[in-house]
Amino acid sequence: MTQLALVIDLNVCVGCHACVTSCKEWNTSGEAGFLSDDNPYDRDPTGTFFNRVQTFEVGEFPDTQTVHFPKSCLHCEDPPCVPVCPTGASYKRAEDGIVLVDYDKCIGCKYCAWACPYGVREIDEHQKVMKKCTLCVDRIYDQNLPEAQRKPACVLACPTSARLYGDIHDSESVVSQAIRDSGGYALMPEWGTHPANHYLPRRKNEIRIHKDELERAANPLKIDGLLPKPGVKEPALDDVTSW
Amino acid sequence: MLLLTPHPSRFTAKLMNPAFSVIFLTTLIGVGQGLFLALYAAELGAAFGWIAVPHAQRFFAAGSALSLAFLAAGLLASFFHLGHPERAWRSAAMWRTSWLSREVIALPLFMAAVAAYGGAHYLGFGATLLLGSAGVLLCLALFICTAMIYACLKFLQEWATPLTVINYVLLGSASGFSFAAAFAASAASADHGLVRVLVYAAGMLTVSALCTRVASLRRNSRLKAKSSLQTAIGIKHPRIVQKAQGFMGGSFNTREFFHGKAPRVLLAVKWGFLALVFPVPLVLLLAGESLSSAVLLEAAFAIQFLGLIAERWYFFAQANHPQNLYYQAIS
Repeated sequence: MTQLALVIDLNVCVGCHACVTSCKEWNTSGEAGFLSDDNPYDRDPTGTFFNRVQTFEVGEFPDTQTVHFPKSCLHCEDPPCVPVCPTGASYKRAEDGIVLVDYDKCIGCKYCAWACPYGVREIDEHQKVMKKCTLCVDRIYDQNLPEAQRKPACVLACPTSARLYGDIHDSESVVSQAIRDSGGYALMPEWGTHPANHYLPRRKNEIRIHKDELERAANPLKIDGLLPKPGVKEPALDDVTSW
Repeated sequence: MLLLTPHPSRFTAKLMNPAFSVIFLTTLIGVGQGLFLALYAAELGAAFGWIAVPHAQRFFAAGSALSLAFLAAGLLASFFHLGHPERAWRSAAMWRTSWLSREVIALPLFMAAVAAYGGAHYLGFGATLLLGSAGVLLCLALFICTAMIYACLKFLQEWATPLTVINYVLLGSASGFSFAAAFAASAASADHGLVRVLVYAAGMLTVSALCTRVASLRRNSRLKAKSSLQTAIGIKHPRIVQKAQGFMGGSFNTREFFHGKAPRVLLAVKWGFLALVFPVPLVLLLAGESLSSAVLLEAAFAIQFLGLIAERWYFFAQANHPQNLYYQAIS
């Protein structure tokens, strides 16, 4: 069983909204059609988004923390939005656990949005179908992309690597390790939805040193070491020159 | 900045922005279902010899046609709720899991049963009691499906109670019996016994519905929300304030789940429906019966139906969706 998911590190997110804009850019340009906007440059702009970054202030001044909180579909392991759908347009893929909407089957009754406690489903006001995060399903399996780019657009856009992506059912994946090591948690556990996406809490910062940071790849000593050395039998400098 | 920022009070009111298509669907089919139950009860009473139904053939056929008209009007209203009504046929697919899908199946089946029942009376076929009993079962199934659409959403705590189902059954039946009383008074004015029985039945149903609706109002006023900002973002600090919801204009989340009405409007609707659905029709029903006035009975139904529209609006507006925790401040 595979359950693809995002793990969002609230310790690292700086609230830059790059994930919001890159999500919108990728998903409004795909084969599934655009994400409608109304009055984008006017009063009361509105539009369909899969991902939002919200900001919360925790604590009382002066002891406050500003927490930036990206919110998108959590791809619940027991999604309440799926069984209520009368047409079967909302479904959870068995092979990778992504919760998707078949736009050709959706009748736009909004019942799934009522059934989602997280408010991550939005009706497209012009196409009149329910839309939500697809985990960039049209991207993560695209063989035409270099493997490093087969990730959701929001993950690639994040400048601080606050968004991790992987299979939470694989205990060795980067997301499972992050959940394990950094106290990853799910939102609104009281409803038994078992969200696949997890959040990493604010915590004491620690230095993370990667191997390539210990040994500089461009170290001139290392480069010199790779240069061909003259053999023992080769004439030395003293043999070929005389003053 | 100031220009772009709508007044914060826009987002203080709770869920849910009630959709009039759904309000009309649930109230209209409630009348249709209650009316059918009243017709069947009258036929059963006549079969046992307890009451006399004058011009029975015409009474039951026309009554069934009226019930069918209410059901069809409700069905029509429901289409206005859909973004893609032309795909509505697909919604029967997931009956194994979805109460909405079950309702989509139960409603046409019940309409067919009412049509068969009325048709059998009109054409003088026998076995109308048997046909009608199938109709009663389908009628109850439809009540349960309609109510369970709301009652099954466990995190909408205001709805997730058996009282939701009981209220849908009793309120629908009460309005249907009120209509049946008015219909009997205008169609079969010669016989007063039938009208009296229907008036008393409508009155008893109205009183029962008053008890259960008040019970649900009391329950909801004492509800403690299971979700909080703490569980919503997973931070265990007693003081968390939203500083930005991520966008300046509205979105589906702020339109669908906030009605934006002032608390006093809600209060007015609540007391309005409590008056219009229960005491006023009760008085009119009893007055209409004792004065043999069909007009008063018609007024009783009309006022009760108007009140039920307000009741259904309040039912939606009172529910508080946990997603609203994420949309408390614009910026």
